[in-house]
Amino acid sequence: MPELALCPPSVGSLVRLHEIDKTYANGTVALRRFNLEVQPNEFVSLLGPSGCGKSTVLRLVAGLGDYTQGTIDWPMAKSERGGLVQREVGFVFQEPNLMPWATVFDNVFLPLRLQDKSKAEAKDRIDEVLALVGLSGFAQAYPRELSGGMKMRVSIARALVTRPKLLLMDEPFAALDEITRNRLSNDLLSIWAQAQCTVMFVTHSVYESVYLSQRIAVMAARPGRIIGELRIDTPYPRDKQFRVTLDYANHCREVSALLDRAMAL
Amino acid sequence: MADAWTTENQPSAQPTADRVALLGRFLPLVAGAGVLIAWEGIVRYFQVSKFILPPPSLVLTTLVEQRADLFGALLVTAFVTLSAFFLAIASGIVLGVLLTQNRTIERTFWPYAVTMQVTPMIAIAPLIVIWVGLDRVWLAMLIMAWMVAFFPMLSNTAIGMKSADHGLRNVFALYGASRWKRLRWLQLPAALPFILSGARISAGLSVIGSVVAEFMAGSGSARGLAYTIVESGSMLNIPRMFAALVLLAAFGLSIWYVTASLQRRLLRRWHESEIAQEN
Repeated sequence: MPELALCPPSVGSLVRLHEIDKTYANGTVALRRFNLEVQPNEFVSLLGPSGCGKSTVLRLVAGLGDYTQGTIDWPMAKSERGGLVQREVGFVFQEPNLMPWATVFDNVFLPLRLQDKSKAEAKDRIDEVLALVGLSGFAQAYPRELSGGMKMRVSIARALVTRPKLLLMDEPFAALDEITRNRLSNDLLSIWAQAQCTVMFVTHSVYESVYLSQRIAVMAARPGRIIGELRIDTPYPRDKQFRVTLDYANHCREVSALLDRAMAL
Repeated sequence: MADAWTTENQPSAQPTADRVALLGRFLPLVAGAGVLIAWEGIVRYFQVSKFILPPPSLVLTTLVEQRADLFGALLVTAFVTLSAFFLAIASGIVLGVLLTQNRTIERTFWPYAVTMQVTPMIAIAPLIVIWVGLDRVWLAMLIMAWMVAFFPMLSNTAIGMKSADHGLRNVFALYGASRWKRLRWLQLPAALPFILSGARISAGLSVIGSVVAEFMAGSGSARGLAYTIVESGSMLNIPRMFAALVLLAAFGLSIWYVTASLQRRLLRRWHESEIAQEN
């Protein structure tokens, strides 16, 4: 079993979650003794059954919630507050969460607008991320005029427009059909390579996690914790050929076995 | 690499569809003209007294002959109605926004807003007239019309402010948006469809409000259309009564039309209620 030790100590990590406990007011234990370290430019997936707290982990990293115990630190961050300043994190939610009243351009502009940037200042950056996600020419479209996959691309562009060091993705492709999902997976890998950021990707799909990630942390539920990690050392760029290799099948089998153990706990 | 665009260019509407649409626009006019002709014919044929039912031609003649008087009355009613309407919009939006800033504020004052709504305004009218004084009847009428028109704006704004999507709230929270920025870029745009439909209801209510106010408080010093109707009724000048009624209906219709087209213009590109049928 190529299971790695949990969180080997490292000075070079981008973010480190140490012994995180989170208990909700009603007594539900969402996370207990949760440990995870993410390296710069890494692509890590959190994989687990529903209700295991994987989304909670992302929300805590994004600063969107409180935890009961433990520490989250950012060893590389220069911020005096000891955490990443918020604009260095981008978040792609399961829903595209676009403003229906605003054009694609204005939706992507939102994070910069909230930082008091003017449209003129932001224009080049917005054009750049729209090109990166393959939506050049759709700047003036409204969300309702776009397909589900395109809305998700807008959401990714919005998350990237602040040039975050860390991109958090919470089952972003779960609501899409398989064809769109596969295409977006490929595009995400090339975006990741071009944007040179770190990705924390939450999913419940073994195949998706193996295809995308360098490392997969498998979680168990009640209480949420990591029960094992697997490294997918297949080099990038990966393309659809990867899906039919023995290497891919073996990785999927290992991850599935680990997930089965997580479910049995 | 982009996915298919869902709104493909549709083949332009066929000529038959065009003709049907055109006919649809004119049908109400045709029906109206038919009713008027029948009305005129019946009144003449049965020689109905003009004190009971004047023929449309007589109503029109009255309208033209007494235009100075009648359009003056329209001006009074329009002034009260529009002032009350704009006051209702402004105060409804401002108070609706303030009310939803804080749960405690909302819980403290909401019952009183409801109380104001469910108390029949007519019952307060005599009091308002006493307070404001008979020398400023227009102000009393304005206050009464405003009170009738205010509540839909308040409640719709309050509901709209709370209707912002939770996912989007998360996005704003992620970027540490201040309360003001959340209000400006999230809650107000999300509330716009609610505010606009509140405005349509208020528009109708402000007309009703000013008519009722004129019934209650109108006098020789503030002769609006509703007062003219009451006055003509007591003098059995039925054609004049009808002429005033026609003006009142036309005025109500134009307010409704303006608010409806404003709503269509503002929401056309994004809100379900105003999106033309697709596919």
